[in-house]
Amino acid sequence: MAQTGILQDKDRIFTNLYGLQDWGLEGAKKRGAWNSTKDILSCGRDWIITNMKNSGMRGRGGAGFNTGLKWSFMPKEVKDRPHYLVVNADESEPGTCKDREIMRHDPQLLIEGCLIASFAMQAHACYIYLRGEYVQERERMEAAVKQAYEAKLIGKNNIHGWDFDVYIHHGAGAYICGEETALLESLEGKKGQPRLKPPFPAGSGLYGCPTTVNNVESIAAVGTILRRGAEWFTSFGAPNNAGTKLFCISGHVERPCNIEEAMSIPFRQLIEAHCGGIRGGWGNLKAVIPGGSSVPMITAEQCEDLPMDFDSLRNLKSGLGTAAVIVMDKSTDLIRAIARLSYFYKHESCGQCTPCREGTGWMWRVMERMVKGDADPAEIDTLLEVTTQVEGHTICALGDAAAWPIQGLIRHFRHEIEDRITLYRSSKSNFAGHSVAAE
Amino acid sequence: MSVRRLAKEQPASFTFSAETLEKANWWIAKYPESRRQSAVIPILWLVQKQEGWVSEPAITAIAKLLAMPQIRVFEVATFYTMFMLEPVGSAALIQVCGTTPCMLRGSDALMHVCKSKIGAKDKLSADGKFTWQEVECLGACTNAPMAQINDYYYEDLTPENLAQIIDDFAAGKSPKPGPYNGRHTSEPLGGVTSLTDPALYDGSAAKPVKIPNFPAPEVKA
Amino acid sequence: MAKAKVNGVEVEFDPGMTVLQVAELAGEEIPRFCYHERLSIAGNCRMCLVEVKPGPPKPQASCALPAAEGQEIFTNTPMVKKAREGVMEFLLINHPLDCPICDQGGECDLQDQSVAYGKGASRYDENKRAVEEKNLGPTIKTFMTRCIQCTRCVRFTTEVAGVTEMGMISRGENAEITSYLEQSVSSELSGNVNDLCPVGALTHRPWSFNYRPWELTKTETIDVHDAVGAHIRIDNRGPAVLRALPRLKEEINEEWLTDKSRYAVDGLSRQRLDKPYVRKAGKLVAVSWDEALGTVAGKIKATDASKIGAIAGDLVDAEAMKATKDLFYSMGVTNLDCRQEGAKVGPVTQSTPREAWLFNTGIAGLEEADAILLIGTDLRHEASLINARIRKSWLKGAVQVAVIGEANDLTYDYAHVGVGTKALKDLKKHAFRDVLKNAKKPAILVGSNAISGADGAAVLKEIALISDDYDVVREGWNGFNIVHTAASRVAGLDLGFVPVGEAKDAAAMLTGGVELLVLLGADEINTSGLDNTFVVYIGSHGDAGAAAADVILPGAAYTEKSGIYTNLEGRVQIAERCVFPKGEAKEDWAIIRALSGYVGHTLPYDSLNALREKLITDHPVFGRIDVKPTAKAFDVKAIGTKGEVTDKLFVSHITDFYLTNPIARASTAMAECSAARKAPLSVAAE
Repeated sequence: MAQTGILQDKDRIFTNLYGLQDWGLEGAKKRGAWNSTKDILSCGRDWIITNMKNSGMRGRGGAGFNTGLKWSFMPKEVKDRPHYLVVNADESEPGTCKDREIMRHDPQLLIEGCLIASFAMQAHACYIYLRGEYVQERERMEAAVKQAYEAKLIGKNNIHGWDFDVYIHHGAGAYICGEETALLESLEGKKGQPRLKPPFPAGSGLYGCPTTVNNVESIAAVGTILRRGAEWFTSFGAPNNAGTKLFCISGHVERPCNIEEAMSIPFRQLIEAHCGGIRGGWGNLKAVIPGGSSVPMITAEQCEDLPMDFDSLRNLKSGLGTAAVIVMDKSTDLIRAIARLSYFYKHESCGQCTPCREGTGWMWRVMERMVKGDADPAEIDTLLEVTTQVEGHTICALGDAAAWPIQGLIRHFRHEIEDRITLYRSSKSNFAGHSVAAE
Repeated sequence: MSVRRLAKEQPASFTFSAETLEKANWWIAKYPESRRQSAVIPILWLVQKQEGWVSEPAITAIAKLLAMPQIRVFEVATFYTMFMLEPVGSAALIQVCGTTPCMLRGSDALMHVCKSKIGAKDKLSADGKFTWQEVECLGACTNAPMAQINDYYYEDLTPENLAQIIDDFAAGKSPKPGPYNGRHTSEPLGGVTSLTDPALYDGSAAKPVKIPNFPAPEVKA
Repeated sequence: MAKAKVNGVEVEFDPGMTVLQVAELAGEEIPRFCYHERLSIAGNCRMCLVEVKPGPPKPQASCALPAAEGQEIFTNTPMVKKAREGVMEFLLINHPLDCPICDQGGECDLQDQSVAYGKGASRYDENKRAVEEKNLGPTIKTFMTRCIQCTRCVRFTTEVAGVTEMGMISRGENAEITSYLEQSVSSELSGNVNDLCPVGALTHRPWSFNYRPWELTKTETIDVHDAVGAHIRIDNRGPAVLRALPRLKEEINEEWLTDKSRYAVDGLSRQRLDKPYVRKAGKLVAVSWDEALGTVAGKIKATDASKIGAIAGDLVDAEAMKATKDLFYSMGVTNLDCRQEGAKVGPVTQSTPREAWLFNTGIAGLEEADAILLIGTDLRHEASLINARIRKSWLKGAVQVAVIGEANDLTYDYAHVGVGTKALKDLKKHAFRDVLKNAKKPAILVGSNAISGADGAAVLKEIALISDDYDVVREGWNGFNIVHTAASRVAGLDLGFVPVGEAKDAAAMLTGGVELLVLLGADEINTSGLDNTFVVYIGSHGDAGAAAADVILPGAAYTEKSGIYTNLEGRVQIAERCVFPKGEAKEDWAIIRALSGYVGHTLPYDSLNALREKLITDHPVFGRIDVKPTAKAFDVKAIGTKGEVTDKLFVSHITDFYLTNPIARASTAMAECSAARKAPLSVAAE
C-alpha cells in the first residue's frame, strides 16, 4: 500500500519552497539539483520517457494527463522542423500559487527539468512562458538561467552534451493563455485564442513545429523523480495518483500556505497538519473548492476523510485540478463567492467562440442577481441549463471551467439560492408587479 | 472589463529610448529570425515601462519594429489587460486582486481603502499620482488578500497596511513588497510545518547518486 | 476513397475532407456561420456541432474535424439538436431585434438558421450589448451590435484580399471587429466582406436602405468592368439597377467581385444619353432619330472612305463591333481599331494565331503556375481577381513572382527585376532567371502598359523571345498571357476590328487622320486632336466621347441589352438584358443597322439572332459559349514585330482603379471610393 500520510522531509522535492535557503545555483546544487543529470541523459531518451511514464506523474497543470505519455506523442525523429518544449508558467487559475514558489525559490530544478525533458523530446530550445504579473519571478528566472548558462549547464557545448537554450517569455494578463494552444498563440505574438485541435501541439505547436507544453511543477519534478527512481515516486499516493504534490491552501483556514505533501493525503489531515485547521474549528467548515476555481465545490460532509487526489475528487464530480484548495467557512456567502468566479470567467473569456463569449456574461449577470435574490426560483434551472449549453460546446476548456463552479453551487447549495430569493421577495412589498415585469 | 479602447488624447509621437530599444532587440533575439512578432508582448511591456502606458504612436512604432500590421499589435494591446491604454498614476498603479480567494480574505476592505484614499476605480486620481484597479487572480492566493503595486506583490495586507503603503508611495518612498503579516513567503504563519530536516541542506544531497533503473549496457546502445 | 456513415448512410469520401464536408456529401445540411469554403477554418461559431463516433461524448465542431475511416457522423440526434439550439440562443441573446430595419433582412443566415435550428424564444432577461459603429470605408456600412464575431471579414481581408487591416480587438463579450483606427479597408475587393457577413453587421454602404431583397428582379449575367468577365447577378426594381452581386463561377471569379463591378451600378442611372443629339451652332441639341441618323448618313456619303474611321471602346459588345465592321467594310472603310489605349496586340495577318492575344493559361489555370513574371501590368487593378488567384497560390507557397514595371503593392511578395524596357534585358542577369528556368509551369503576364506606344510591337517581340527562351509555351502548358483590361477587347480582336495594311490605327484617327470618326463607346481617349474631325458618338454615357461629338446616338449599357463579351481567356460569354435602354436609347447593333439603311448599305440581318449567325459564320470562335479555349501550342516567338525598342518605363494607364470607364465615372459610389482611397493612404504611408 502506497504511503499517504505526512511526507518526511527527505521525500520532498521542493526543499526551498519558502525561499528560506539560497535560490542560487550553488544553493540549489547543494540541495541536489543538477546532481548526476549527465548520467540521466546517458540513459537515453527512451529510458527517460519510459521511467517518466512508470513514475505515474500526472500533469500538474490541472488536466492530470500522464507526463511521460505526453512526451511519447512527439515525433520519434526530428525531420524538417525543430522540436520545442514550452513550459507553462502562466499560473492564473484562482487559488493556485505553487509554480510561483518553484520559480522564485527553486528555479534550477525547473531548468534542469527543462534540459532533461527537452533531451527526451529532442528539443534544443525551450520557452518558459510566465504570466506577465510575475515580474519578480521573471527576474529570478532570468537570473537563474544566466547562472546555468555561465556554469555551462545549458547552452551550446554545455557539459551535458545536448545543445540547449532556455528562453524566458512572458504574457500580459490573460488567464486563457494558461490553455496550452492559447499560450502558443500568445508566444507567437498574437492574441491568446485557443487553437482548434487537431492538430495537437505534438504534431504542430509553436511556429507549426512539434511542441510539448508542460506545467512548471511537472517539469521541475523530473530531475528528482529520475534521480530517485520511478518507484520512489509511485510509493506516494493511491494507485493511479502517484507522487508528491504542491497544495495551495487559501481561504478560511487559520494559516493559509503552500505545502508539498503526498498525493491522496486526507483533506482534514492536510488542513490540520499545516494550516492550523479550519478558521473557527472543523465544525465551521462549509464548502471547499478543492482544485482551483474551475472545479465544482464539495461540501464539508464530503471532505473529512477525502483523499486529495485525482480519482477521489473525480468520484465526487469535482477534481484535483491544480490542487489549489479554497476553503470556505460558514460565514461565506457562497453565492457571492461563485458569482465572483463567474465574473472572473466572463472577464477572461477570449471571445472567440460563441457559447463562452455569450454564455459567461449571461451566467455572471444571472449570478449577480441571485446574490441579491433578485431572481425567480425557476431561473435556477434555467441557469443550470445555460451552464450545460456552454459546457462541452467550446474550443477550449474555459467554457467548462465557467460552467462547473455554478453547477457545483446548485448541486450542493440550491437551497441557499432559493432562500435568498425568498428573502429578497419578502422584503419587497410590491413583488407581484416585479414578477410581471420580469417575464 | 469594459471595451478596451485607445485613449482619446494621444501624444503626437513616440520614440523608443535607447534603453528600451536595446532591451527590445534582446527580446527579439530570443526568437527565430522570421518570428520577430513573438516579441510583441514583451516590447509592449517595455514601452509601458518607458511611458507609463501604451499610446497609439507607440503601437505604430512597435508594428514597424516588428514588421507587423498595426491592427495585429492593436489586437494584442487590447486583448491583454496588463497594457494600460491611458496614463496611470505617477506614484503607483495599484491593482487589488478581487477574485474569490482574495475576496474570502478581505479584498473588499482593501478596495474600500483605495476608493476612499484615491477615488474611483480605473480613474486617474485628481493629483495624478494614483490609479487603482480591481484585477483578477494574481496567483498569490495563499498570501491573500494582496495587491500588485507597480511591478511587485504586496501580500497578506490589512486595510491599515495598505493605507500606510499608499501614504508611503504618495510621500515618494518605496515600500517593500512581500507579506505584511510577518511571514517570509507562503509558509504557514508562525513557523514552518515542513522542511526542517537539516540533512536537506548539509550538502549530502549533492553527493553522487546511482541512478535507479540504470539501463543495462546493451540496452543503452 | 475512405468510407464513413452519416446518419447511418454510408458515404465515400476523399481523405482530408472534414466531417462537415462528408455530411454534405451525404446530403445533410450543416448550419454554420464562421465556416466558409474559401477561408481558413476558425471553428468559432460552434453552430456546426455534430455527434461523432468514435469520439468524446460531446458534440464536435464538424467544420474543423477531419473525417476518418469508419467514422459515424450524426446530424439529427437529440444531442445535436440541443447543441444547435443552445448556440443559436447564445448568438441571439445579444443580437438586436431590428430585423425590420436591417438591410440583411430576407437574406440573413442568422434569420434563416434561427428559424430552422433555434428554439423560437429567448430566456435572456438581461440588458443586451450595444457596440459602437465603425467606419470601414465607403463600401462597408457597419451595424456592429449585430456582429456575431464569426471573423469571416477578418479572414477574408487578411487571406484573400491581402490587406491585414481588420481585426478583432478587446476580448470576451467585449470583442469588437474593427480596422486600425477605423481606417477604410484599402482593398479593391472590400465589398465581398458584406457578402460574407452572415448577419447584418456589415452591409453594402452604397446600397444601404435602398431595397428589400424580395422586391428585386434578379438576372444572371456577365460583368464588363474589366476583361475578367466575372459572373454576376443584376438585381433591379423596375428600371433601376440596384445591385450587382457575384455568382459562383469557379473558373473565373470563384465567388468574389471587385468593388467597381459591384458598386458602379449606380452609374447606370446617371449621366445617361437618352436622346439623339446633333451639334448645331456649337451646341448639342436633342433631335429625332431620323434627323440624327440622316445627319450622320449625309456626312458619311460626303466623305471619302479613306477618311472615315471607327474606334471601339471598352464596354462594347461583339455584335455592335461586328455590325460596324460589316457596314464600314461594305463601304470600303478599313480604318477600324478596338484598342483605344494603343496596345500593339492582336491579329497582324490572317494567320496570326488567336493565342497571341489571349490569357492562354486561363484564370483558374494560373494557380498551377510555379513561376510568374508580370510585365507592364498593375495586375491588382487591371485584373483584381486574377491577382487574388496569384495571392492564393503564393500563400500556399506554390509560386514565385517577379515584376517588370511599377513596384505596386500586389498583396504578395515578388522580385522586382526593373521598371521598364531595360529590365527585359536585365532579366538574364537577375536571380529570377533561374526560377523561371527551373519552373515546371512558368507563366508570363503581359500588360498593355508594356506594349503600347510606337515601339509596342517591338517590345512585344522582345517579350515573345523571352517567353520562347524560357519555354513558357511547352507541351501541355501555355504560359503566355496577355492581360487585357477591357471587356470588349478580345472579341474586337477576334472579329478583326483592327486596321489592316495601310489602314489607320486609333492614334492616327485621333490626331486628324480621318475626317469622320465614329466613337463606338470610346471614352478613354484624348479628344483634343479631334477639332477638325466630325465625331459621331454611339454610347450610353455623357463622357469624354460624347463631349467631343457632333452627333450622339444613344446606346444601351451592358445591363440593357443581350450582348456577347469574350473575356481575356477567350471565353465567349453572353450578358443578358436586365432592364430596358433609357429613354429613346437603342441597342448599339440596332443603331448601326438603322444607319446602314440611311447610307444605302443595308446590313443583311435585321435581328440579333441573324447578326449572331453571321458573326459565328464569319468567326467560328464565337460559336463556343462559355468555354475556355484549350491551350494549343503555338509559335510564341513569332508574336510582335522586330524593331527599335526605346528605353522607357512601363507606366500603368489605370490612374484610378475606381474611375476606369464611363459607368464608373458616373457612379457616386465610385467617386467616394476614389476619394477615400486617396485620403487615408497618405496617413497610412507615414
